Amino acid sequence: MSPPQKGSFRTRRILSIWLPALAMDRWQMVTGKQAGALAARPLVLIADTAHGPRIEAVNRAGAAAGAHKGMMLADARTLCPEIATAPSDPAGDLGFLETLAIWAQRWGPWSALDPPDGLLVDVTAVAHLFGGENRLLADVQQAFAQRQLAVRTAIAPTAGAAWALAHHGRDGAIVEGADAIERALSDLPVAALRLDQDVVTVLRRLGLKRLGEIATLGRDAIQRRFRNRKSPAANPLVRLDQLLGRVPEPLLPVVPQQVPLVQRRLLEPIRHRQLLDTVVTDLAGDMARELEGQGQGARRLELGLWRVDGEVVVRRLELAAATRDPAHIVRLFAARLDDVDAGFGIEMLRLRASWAEPLALAQNDIETAAETHGTSLAACIDRLTVRLGAQAVTRPVPFASHIPERAQRWQPPLEPEASSQGQLAFHARPLKLLDSPESIAVLYATPDGYPQRFRWRGQVHEVARVEGPERIAPEWWRERGGARLRDYYRIEDEAGRRYWIYRLGIIGDGRGGPPDWYLHGLCA
Amino acid sequence: MSQPDFASLPLTAFEDVAALSARRSARWRPGLAASRGLALHNEVFASSREGAGTGAALALALDDWSNMSRGDGCEAQDRRSVLWVQTREAARRTGRPYRAGLPELLQGRVIHVLAEKCEDALFALEEGLRCRDLAFVVGEIAGNPKALDFTASRRLTLAGEKHGVPLFLVRIDAARDLSSARMRWEIASAPSAAPHWNAQAPGLPRWQAELFRARAHAPGTWLLAEEQGDLTASKARGAGDEILGNWTAGLRQRRPLRRA
Repeated sequence: MSPPQKGSFRTRRILSIWLPALAMDRWQMVTGKQAGALAARPLVLIADTAHGPRIEAVNRAGAAAGAHKGMMLADARTLCPEIATAPSDPAGDLGFLETLAIWAQRWGPWSALDPPDGLLVDVTAVAHLFGGENRLLADVQQAFAQRQLAVRTAIAPTAGAAWALAHHGRDGAIVEGADAIERALSDLPVAALRLDQDVVTVLRRLGLKRLGEIATLGRDAIQRRFRNRKSPAANPLVRLDQLLGRVPEPLLPVVPQQVPLVQRRLLEPIRHRQLLDTVVTDLAGDMARELEGQGQGARRLELGLWRVDGEVVVRRLELAAATRDPAHIVRLFAARLDDVDAGFGIEMLRLRASWAEPLALAQNDIETAAETHGTSLAACIDRLTVRLGAQAVTRPVPFASHIPERAQRWQPPLEPEASSQGQLAFHARPLKLLDSPESIAVLYATPDGYPQRFRWRGQVHEVARVEGPERIAPEWWRERGGARLRDYYRIEDEAGRRYWIYRLGIIGDGRGGPPDWYLHGLCA
Repeated sequence: MSQPDFASLPLTAFEDVAALSARRSARWRPGLAASRGLALHNEVFASSREGAGTGAALALALDDWSNMSRGDGCEAQDRRSVLWVQTREAARRTGRPYRAGLPELLQGRVIHVLAEKCEDALFALEEGLRCRDLAFVVGEIAGNPKALDFTASRRLTLAGEKHGVPLFLVRIDAARDLSSARMRWEIASAPSAAPHWNAQAPGLPRWQAELFRARAHAPGTWLLAEEQGDLTASKARGAGDEILGNWTAGLRQRRPLRRA
């Protein structure tokens, strides 16, 4: 290997793996034996679009017959009437690519997806383990050949350069150093820049066909042409800089994650609740062991019940805090299983923790502790939420607004509270606020005198003491121009009952007739 | 014919009865939780036309909380929450808690539960009483729903006493039905004391509180108020209460009868 040169990016080595025929290779892998017979004949994978079936992938014989990707099936049929079709499966392909990405970590510490059909592996400082980069590439070729996947590879200091070489350069290219990159890339077509199709078209109309020609045009001219394109895929200059390592290009590595999953296949379909509870208890125990092994606790659990007649019933549970206490899980599911229709019987149950959080090991047997010492707050909230619904259990939190009913919001009880400005001590607020202010009839000295008597819910109150008004103007940045101000009064009637009332608007504000009065809150 | 010989009876028998009666009839006063322990199930009857019931229930709860001695060596800050359960009907009649108007100690602690039916509210109350991380539980139930019968209230009492979490159940517009609550109050607003600076303004809240049923105390009527965060009770008792409070006085001063 050459000695390290100056510049930080030269220390990176990225391996790009391109699977040019991923969809077709995977289709052959999945269909197995009968694929051999079909492979010799023209075959296309199709996807349904609004304008009829369109070709997504073509095998070698199909390409020879004139079909290509993106063509409508009807057009291909006119060229080659005996063409065979099979449905394409893009979601399956992506899932397969994800497993491939994890598998490809045998060549480097981390790998990233390059959808729809590529992988990037960081092979910085690992080539010596394989006996050099050439041997590494040979190993990659051999491993993919064993899996019967066509592959093109390249190693370069940046992800962009490796991608360009794998897709458009010589197979198995290895490039080191800035000059070598420029030399190796100058002959590649502009499509090697990973640009959107319309940008490639623009460049072609400008007469730029090779990467080397862009440099001849001058940077300023291109900058001017694409000055309002911010996305890297639409701006050739950004892509060029990424290619040469002048601009960093973040990649999202694939991190394998095991979703804790336990299941029970039953010898005899169960139709009764009691047996179901037993199986759920077993599953919860398994799940607790599984989670404990990973040092995690479940936040969301999904219980799938497979019925004999092909129906699947799924019950989902969200927990206020991470837990792996089987008794608690069973208890929460018990409330959710009341309305399950077993039909002809349930033959399989599967419990999946689709959201888990780290949870340190702790003393077990919490349910016994709960009998003597009470439950924890999280367990209490879980039980309330499961029976009453998530929106019924909330915590009031302040919100930045002057309007009293907007100044309070409700959020899930255990979520951290957002920081907010402290309330002003001279603002007296009522203990309780009515859901909607209730209209009252008030006797007062117009236009803005104190209220003297009012009628609320069919009863007349004589006002004994008043404090106010506290004027709260409408929030002009949020409400329409016609909104009226509010004058709030704290009042006490002759029996000592204390209320918070307001007058909506003021006479002569030009926003409606005489103002209405409302009772908004009850003071302690 | 022999008459019972009172003089031969030991004097201590009378003293015991007197002491017992005096203890039993000890009048309620704020801060009693420190010496006598918590009353774990309280009911507060109030009208839906005022916030007095909830205000007084919170004041009583905070009084118990601040006077309850915590375990030895427990110096950590008390971060326990408060569960506030309302039926939808109660929320419609008297509104929901408003954070900015709550007592300062409670502002960040309230967890609110809105139950559609009384059964759900009772379930939530019982779950709250079983939770060790709650300082107390406040419930608001409107009217006399069928689900809230003596059995239900007994359940609440037992759950609260098993786990030591106090319950303050505000009964809005309710009749005084059967209940196993340890203390039952009837609360109404009272005219507040005039503030120092603005005599025209409503002052700190005061409540007319009638303790009409209690296990450990004699009934009575007080005028409750809050001063600097402490609950105070001034005597508003009538003549009848005076007799009731001192009915053991005669026993204590009883002298042995002379032999005829």
